[in-house]
Amino acid sequence: MWDSIKKFASEFFVTGDPLIYGADVSIGLTMIAVVAALTYFKKWNWLWTEWLTTVDHKKIGIMYIIASILMLFRGGVDALLMRTQLAVPNMDFLSPEHYNAIFTTHGVIMILFMAMPFMFGLFNLVVPLQIGARDVAFPFLNSLSFWLFFMGAMLFNISFVIGGSPDAGWLSYPPLSEKMFSSGVGQDFYIWGIQISGIGSLMTGINFIVTILKMRAPGMKLMKMPMFSWSVLSSCITIILAFPILTITLALLFIDRYLGAHFFTLDGGGNPMMYINLIWMWGHPEVYIIVLPAFGVFSEIVATFSRKRLFGYKSMVFALMSISAFSFFTWAHHFFTMGSGADVNAFFALTTMAIAIPTGVKVFNWLFTMFRGKISFETPMLWAIAFIPCFVVGGMTGVLLSVAPADFQFHNSYFLIAHFHQVIIGGVVFGFFAGLYYWWPKVFGFTLNEKIGKWAFWFWNAGFYICFMPQYVLGLMGMTRRVNTYGWDTGWWELNFVSTIGAFLMGIGFLFQIWQILHSIKFMQKAPADPWNGRTLEWSIPSPAPMYNFATIPHVEERDAWWEEKQRRAQGEAPKPLPPLEPIHMPKNSGIPIIKSAFWFAAGFGLVFNWLWLAIPGFIGIALSMLAHSFNYDTDYYIPVDEIERTEAAAKGDAR
Amino acid sequence: MKKGIRRLSAAISFVFIMLFTAGCSDKFLVLDPKGSIGQQQLDLMIISTILCLVIIVPVLVLTFVIVWRYRQRPDRKAKYQPEWEHSTKLETIWWSVPIIIIVILAAITVRYTYALEPSKPIEHEAKPIVIQVTSLDWKWLFQYPEQGIATVNYVQFPEDVPVRFELTSDAPMNSFWIPQLGGQVYTMSGMAMTLHLIADEPGTYFGSGANFSGKDFAKMRFEAKATSQEEFDKWVSDIKGSSPALTMDGYKQLAKPGLSENVTYSAIPEGLFQQIVNKYQKSGSGHHHGSSGEAAGHEHGNAPDAAGTNQAATDQEHQMDHMNH
Repeated sequence: MWDSIKKFASEFFVTGDPLIYGADVSIGLTMIAVVAALTYFKKWNWLWTEWLTTVDHKKIGIMYIIASILMLFRGGVDALLMRTQLAVPNMDFLSPEHYNAIFTTHGVIMILFMAMPFMFGLFNLVVPLQIGARDVAFPFLNSLSFWLFFMGAMLFNISFVIGGSPDAGWLSYPPLSEKMFSSGVGQDFYIWGIQISGIGSLMTGINFIVTILKMRAPGMKLMKMPMFSWSVLSSCITIILAFPILTITLALLFIDRYLGAHFFTLDGGGNPMMYINLIWMWGHPEVYIIVLPAFGVFSEIVATFSRKRLFGYKSMVFALMSISAFSFFTWAHHFFTMGSGADVNAFFALTTMAIAIPTGVKVFNWLFTMFRGKISFETPMLWAIAFIPCFVVGGMTGVLLSVAPADFQFHNSYFLIAHFHQVIIGGVVFGFFAGLYYWWPKVFGFTLNEKIGKWAFWFWNAGFYICFMPQYVLGLMGMTRRVNTYGWDTGWWELNFVSTIGAFLMGIGFLFQIWQILHSIKFMQKAPADPWNGRTLEWSIPSPAPMYNFATIPHVEERDAWWEEKQRRAQGEAPKPLPPLEPIHMPKNSGIPIIKSAFWFAAGFGLVFNWLWLAIPGFIGIALSMLAHSFNYDTDYYIPVDEIERTEAAAKGDAR
Repeated sequence: MKKGIRRLSAAISFVFIMLFTAGCSDKFLVLDPKGSIGQQQLDLMIISTILCLVIIVPVLVLTFVIVWRYRQRPDRKAKYQPEWEHSTKLETIWWSVPIIIIVILAAITVRYTYALEPSKPIEHEAKPIVIQVTSLDWKWLFQYPEQGIATVNYVQFPEDVPVRFELTSDAPMNSFWIPQLGGQVYTMSGMAMTLHLIADEPGTYFGSGANFSGKDFAKMRFEAKATSQEEFDKWVSDIKGSSPALTMDGYKQLAKPGLSENVTYSAIPEGLFQQIVNKYQKSGSGHHHGSSGEAAGHEHGNAPDAAGTNQAATDQEHQMDHMNH
């Protein structure tokens, strides 16, 4: 008995690596500490009613952001481990298997469990406020999306202490990812972690399209909508077209692995190239999905901190929409070297270059938004300004990569690695940081310390260039991606060493950001309603936004509605009289999303280990949760007028 | 603020100094091609970089100038126009400039894409030498069907003679790359891809697997040596005289996951390469990318479909067919 338990445990838990034992201990201690603290301070009820069951888009947004910062930490530690291993030749810090697992989880976590939830967090925090709505179109679905993402991310993350991490690369190309070459459970964790959170992503896409199309304040025509909301719309359209492809692709891979089918296997007529086509039909739009909202963030910030209207609004909208359409026609540029022939390569080279045009136009429009403006350099604007040169250079190396015959030399090398990190860090990460800094006062009601924020900014920026510029050169020196070690004879070590220094500087930048948040919580400075002299509706309501967002729904007549209103008031025009308050219709909290997602977790975990005794009850639980929600008619309530009056008065009092 | 800029510029110049010192050695393989394919790819890189810089440099300068000139400060004299949001003239300029650049770049790219299609033979008076490359877990097998020899993790060929590499895999896909001779092409099981390269001068060139293929992927390096024709012929006859032969059993041993030293073989089993390619195919569904004469042989390629089952001797006659086409 004891022996069989020991045998089970030695296979169930990842063993043999001191780094992982360390992680086991710290995970255990953290969980004990959290449970103890919640119990000691009697916060379980608060946690359940205020957070875990909430359908308030602002709280869901905050939970998304917290999760994504945790994932940024995990993915960042992965990155630092990799850079440490590569710092000098013949390093023995990580075994090849461990290194392979780490670059795989780094990629998956950063794209799917860091960038995506960070983006969804910003959608949630900002879109309803910006379009003058009281919540998203489907608040229950929104909560379900979050919990599906969260459970998927957790399922993926536990693989490093239970069962073993996936190690076939972030897109896990077959045949390597098939049972024949990856027989462990890591690959199944990959499939189910992404599948479960992917359902959430798809539902978020639907939710925000409907929210934007149906719930704008009266008078806000589409062409009067703030640019961030436009970027969310374009990104969500891309999501609902791209994510089903991912779901199907991973389902086919699962069927191969679980039932022994031959979609992508080497033998039995399977075709791994089909997987590679399918995964990039999702994968390429995916990078635009995450970068388009970053473009939206920059558009808001550049206009606000230049105290000037956004230049070329119509061009910007057209560029966003054409990028999102074009993004579906470039996928094959990820494998020019797989022998598709000159016709196919020429076509995809051209579509890839074409997408550079609207992207370039957006850069000019940001520049001319600043032109003849009054630019000030608060932290959100610093990130936005740093973005422009970084993204322009990253975009240029992207165009170089799109030149198909030259790509034969760039492909799979560190040149490519440097390119996509430059556009993803310089574009997406800088954009989301800028957005978080920009909307932080509105969300949390207090301001962040600017000085520490600037330290963080400079560490991140210096670290970025020191880390990734050498990698372009390493690519030209023949260093390929995913090598876990190299010899002294290659001549690669100096640049690798520099690159590692840069990575650690970015790590320090991250620590500064955490310190900035903790410091600002300790020395709490109440934020005014409109700290940046903003232009859009979210700045017209108190900080933090009250539960119902707008006491009375605003009427919009022009773009930059709040800015124009302030201009009129400055000229002595009296604000329009507000209509009398009415009771506000709000959705009720629900425990079903988290419970249903927990069943998904159980089902996924059961399928990973082929434990049908767990998977089947999991799926039954999912079905029962859906049934329970279908028969729940007690889903909404009204906030009475006197409560609204009290809340508004309190917010006014605070703001003084 | 200013301190930050100084810190950043110091950091950037540090990087450049490091790059420069590193540059004193001839380690920039891609920028130092030794064959016409690599040379043309480098030309294309330079052309496309210059075209991009035509637009990038002004944008970077403009960014700096605008941010500097329109920053808010007490004694500011620059114009402030908060309502200015549209100019058809300006927008036409910056839609059309990128379009023009991209059209030029596109025209050049398409021309080169056809010219440098890797399956296209190189125009040269010498007859190309054929080398069949198989990526295994985690080693490279090179077969010389014309010379009847084979090597592992080492490939040699005469200079100034086009080499026709036929690429396949008996393991997860990899990518075959000799940066100084030209770009890479994937090795994939169940198909034979073609890559034509040429070395213009003798030398020993770095080669590696470029696509991740599992545990010891990083060890999949090989040396590619270009020599004079005489030296090459002597090398072949030395191997014929002194090395053991590669047998089917020997191949099965070699194909097992693991590392390998450089090895040479004086003989290869008849049709081994085609057998590896066909191993994973159902009848008639062959993918011969860019290689010639795929038609006839493939009807016979009804290889067993179970994973990893090696060809039985009964398949031998089909293999003979493949060799003949």
